[in-house]
Amino acid sequence: MEFTTTLHSTRLKWIRRIWRLMLYIYLTIAALIVLIPYFWMASASLKEPGEIFQVGVNFLPKTFYTENYRILFSDYQIVRWLVNSFVVAGIVMFTNMTFTVTAGYAFARLRFKGRDVMFFVYVGAMMVPLQVRLIPSFIIVKELGWLDTYQGIASIQLIEFFGIFLIRQFMLNFPRELEDAARIDGCNWFRVLWQIIIPNSKPALAALAIFTFTASWNNFLWALVVINKPDWMTIQVGLSSMKGEIIPWGVLMAGTFISALPLAILYVMLQRLFVQGIVTSGIKG
Amino acid sequence: MPVGAAAPAPLGVRPRKGRVGRLVHYLKDDEARWGMLFITPSVIFFLLFILVPVLLSFYLGFHRWNPLHPLGEARFIWFGNFQELVTDPGFLRTAWNTFVFVVGSVTLMVIGSLLTSMCLNAGIRASSMYRGLFYSPVVTSLVATAVIWLWIFDPQFGFINNVLRELGLPEPRWTASRDWAMPTVILTFVWREVGYFTVIYLAALQGVPEELKEAAKIDGASPIQVFRHITIPLLMPATLFVLVLGILRATQNSFAVIYVMTSGGPVNSTNVLVVYLFQYAFEFFRMGFASAVSLFIFVLIFGLSLVQFRLIGRRTELL
Repeated sequence: MEFTTTLHSTRLKWIRRIWRLMLYIYLTIAALIVLIPYFWMASASLKEPGEIFQVGVNFLPKTFYTENYRILFSDYQIVRWLVNSFVVAGIVMFTNMTFTVTAGYAFARLRFKGRDVMFFVYVGAMMVPLQVRLIPSFIIVKELGWLDTYQGIASIQLIEFFGIFLIRQFMLNFPRELEDAARIDGCNWFRVLWQIIIPNSKPALAALAIFTFTASWNNFLWALVVINKPDWMTIQVGLSSMKGEIIPWGVLMAGTFISALPLAILYVMLQRLFVQGIVTSGIKG
Repeated sequence: MPVGAAAPAPLGVRPRKGRVGRLVHYLKDDEARWGMLFITPSVIFFLLFILVPVLLSFYLGFHRWNPLHPLGEARFIWFGNFQELVTDPGFLRTAWNTFVFVVGSVTLMVIGSLLTSMCLNAGIRASSMYRGLFYSPVVTSLVATAVIWLWIFDPQFGFINNVLRELGLPEPRWTASRDWAMPTVILTFVWREVGYFTVIYLAALQGVPEELKEAAKIDGASPIQVFRHITIPLLMPATLFVLVLGILRATQNSFAVIYVMTSGGPVNSTNVLVVYLFQYAFEFFRMGFASAVSLFIFVLIFGLSLVQFRLIGRRTELL
């Protein structure tokens, strides 16, 4: 009896070990599938043309050929594109942080006529896809004379209705006592929001900031529609324009690498916030 | 508080009689004024960039309009655009492609993210490091993703065909081949999106109570039985959520990947609704027809979003 249980448990131990091994093999393969494309991009950006068009898998460039980066910065307006993207994403983040937070707060806390109807309408607005707004918004922006301008590129994302929804949900769970105390002390509603709610909502606000910044940074379809002149291209549109008839792979990979760098750095620094944002919201982006 | 519940009247404010009296009372009410002020910017934005565009889309959908002429010269043609739409073989092909793209990518995303999240939840070392790694493609833009994979799938010099060549296997022409272009764009899209759903599934798995699994094990359930009868049923809400969100994202985010990698070609084999819409509106300048396409997408997405919204409501209650 004793013997069989030992036998049984050693067998179980082996099964567990093999199982664990398979798990690690799976994760390693998955990690490689994620990493190889990045690696292949970075290595191609440092290869000379002769090496890029060589047959056979060569992971590392033979010499670190920086000419691709020189061409990228001299022949393409990549710096300008990056600046454009930063400005537009900055505008979008700023307007969202200001106006969705105030609106979310109003819907969560302040009582006024038509509030619930408006909120219901906003929930509907959240579900209108970009595609149906695309053509008319283009016409509107064109009429406003905003084609090829920062405000034109930013316009469609100035306020994310999803953000209002998110902030409202967050603030509904906020304890009321603190606010009531401030109100009794004679603070107006803006001061209550500014001095009490905002300092206590940092995680939600950080998630919103990251969400809106990345949404704007990665925006492609709308930017493609409102931008005609190379001077106004955002990095996404610029990158897609580099892909001509004959593709200069080395330079294109250098451009892709540079284009992905800002968000990658932000992600490495604030990884927890990026991931948490989607766990609590689980939508869009 | 449920959505849409009526708020009680503010305390300490006496309602007054008469229409003017009510208005005066309303404007004097500090809380209401601040509330209105706080939502005003979003109301303006709503009117200008949501309501008017939606109405204009419906208007254009029933008109023939060349964007080089003023909007007033648009000609009302009843259901002409929709008639043309349902009889256009290009549209039917595109709708079918969208279906294939969505079903293909969502299936792969669900399988991939479920497997990965279960591995990550199995108590391995450095789990959060892996999670961070798997999420990184989501932070890479769709355009960058498409460009990188275009290079990897390059028929002559790409990584994949180089490997296949060394192994002596046949080398498909990927994005340049009618048969392989669709799988290529699907794989690219899935590579970018799997991490997103992995994180959602991981959160759901971490919500499965350990005691429940322990209790089942003590009762003699095998790991497979535990998985079948405890983990899977508890993952159903998350799966439903992932499915709906996956369909929404696959329908809408397919644009960048397909536009950059194939522009819908070769011979329409990867053309999807969002690319088709873009082409008709901004390459062929047929705004009315393109608006009809956008209304079709609108109905599709709006319906799915309603389902998704119900699901979020349920989730936020849980969280």
